[in-house]
Amino acid sequence: MSETIRTTSLNRVHREAGARMVPFAGWDMPVQYTSVLDEHMAVRTKAGLFDVSHMGEVAVRGRGALSFLQHITSNDVSRLTPGRIQYSALTTPRGTFVDDLLVYKLAEDDFLLVINAGNTPKDVAWIADHARGFDVDVADVSGRFCQLALQGPMAERILAPLTETALSAIKYYGFERGQVAGVTCLISRTGYTGEDGFELYGPWEDAERLWHALLSAGAPQGLVPAGLAARDTLRLEAKMALYGNDIDDTTTVLEADLGWILKLEKGDFIGRDALLRQKADGLTRRLVGFETEGRAVARHGYEAQHGGQAVGTVTSGSFAPFLKKNIGLAYLPLPLGEPGTRFDVSIRGRLEPAVVVPTPFYKRPR
Amino acid sequence: MVPSDRRYTKDHEWVQVEGDVATIGITDFAQGELGDIVYVEPPESGKTVAAGDVLGTIESVKAVSELYAPVGGTVLEANVALAQAPETVNRDPHGAGWICKLRIASRAEADALLDADAYKALIG
Repeated sequence: MSETIRTTSLNRVHREAGARMVPFAGWDMPVQYTSVLDEHMAVRTKAGLFDVSHMGEVAVRGRGALSFLQHITSNDVSRLTPGRIQYSALTTPRGTFVDDLLVYKLAEDDFLLVINAGNTPKDVAWIADHARGFDVDVADVSGRFCQLALQGPMAERILAPLTETALSAIKYYGFERGQVAGVTCLISRTGYTGEDGFELYGPWEDAERLWHALLSAGAPQGLVPAGLAARDTLRLEAKMALYGNDIDDTTTVLEADLGWILKLEKGDFIGRDALLRQKADGLTRRLVGFETEGRAVARHGYEAQHGGQAVGTVTSGSFAPFLKKNIGLAYLPLPLGEPGTRFDVSIRGRLEPAVVVPTPFYKRPR
Repeated sequence: MVPSDRRYTKDHEWVQVEGDVATIGITDFAQGELGDIVYVEPPESGKTVAAGDVLGTIESVKAVSELYAPVGGTVLEANVALAQAPETVNRDPHGAGWICKLRIASRAEADALLDADAYKALIG
């Protein structure tokens, strides 16, 4: 199957900036501009700007929008008020992930779902399939939005001079409509880095204007463009799950340690029965964080062993640039999931000692 | 940056022969592709390898890759400075970022590798 690779409206800008471009989820994306370590540290200590326009967006509107979203997602959408955002899961009947997503409540009966780029066609088909019988209109609006993520402790200070919107009034997981550098955006206080910051959803064709305005405004504060490699190490330090690595349609919401986005008492939804049963029966495995002491990195797919027996699989692993140690996530049987438990990771045929640690690995100072 | 005082493999290693000692490293192109290097697992001293055998492992933040022996020989020493400062391979891949030295029987294997011009053509 040959697919054409897609480009965001900033592709030329990235190339001119000397970014190393890689195919990611069907898109030609910047993996790094200078150094993943430097970009990572910039986001932790100052700010970084990411082009994440590859993310998918789905509009769900209509009188049945709320009941429809209650039916297809695990979190309780009735708790959302206009201007608020919810992290959630699109669940299968087995309680596993079709995808993880953000649900934006724009207004009564008007929601925007933000989904993973690589899952967009699958998710849109899934959502449309399940919309039958609901008074709801579903539209893939991914092509309309660029998305820029301004992340880091300096984010608010950098963004403030470019907008009249009162940024300090936007709480974490809240958003406002506003103008940024003359571009109408959804200004969303969210991110995938573990830092304070904003995700700006603007018209696809205005990405370049936003990008340059932000970089110019932020340069004195140390803002740098940052690529997908830093985005991955940042989200891992913050223990934010990555679909396709840590969660997928074989892992349940409970196993992924995301019980906080699971509202079993909200009423029926796809996968609820399976998750109720799993909760009653008890989990057999859970996603936990670990550190390795050696220099070799335990990476996605490596086998976890205990007492010489295969007990699980590493789902993400990296050198953590801010923490300066090797960290990872793995599905381990419950008794082994307690912090302090020692196990081994098979790295190129050698067993490297690992220890379960509390997560998140990194929590920003507040 | 492709120095003309050494030979290259299509796997992006370089080898520089002085007498019966071959110094081995990865090219500037290779370090750029790998990105920030966080760990170099060196070969054991005294180990005998044939051309193409795995000599060690290089881990960057993004990926792990094998280092293949460009020529056969016996490992004389590894660059121990890389244990504390693996980023030296990024900063100075053709110099201080060398990875190991092999004692070789003859320079014939090295001479058969790519010269700088051929390597430049390979990486475009």
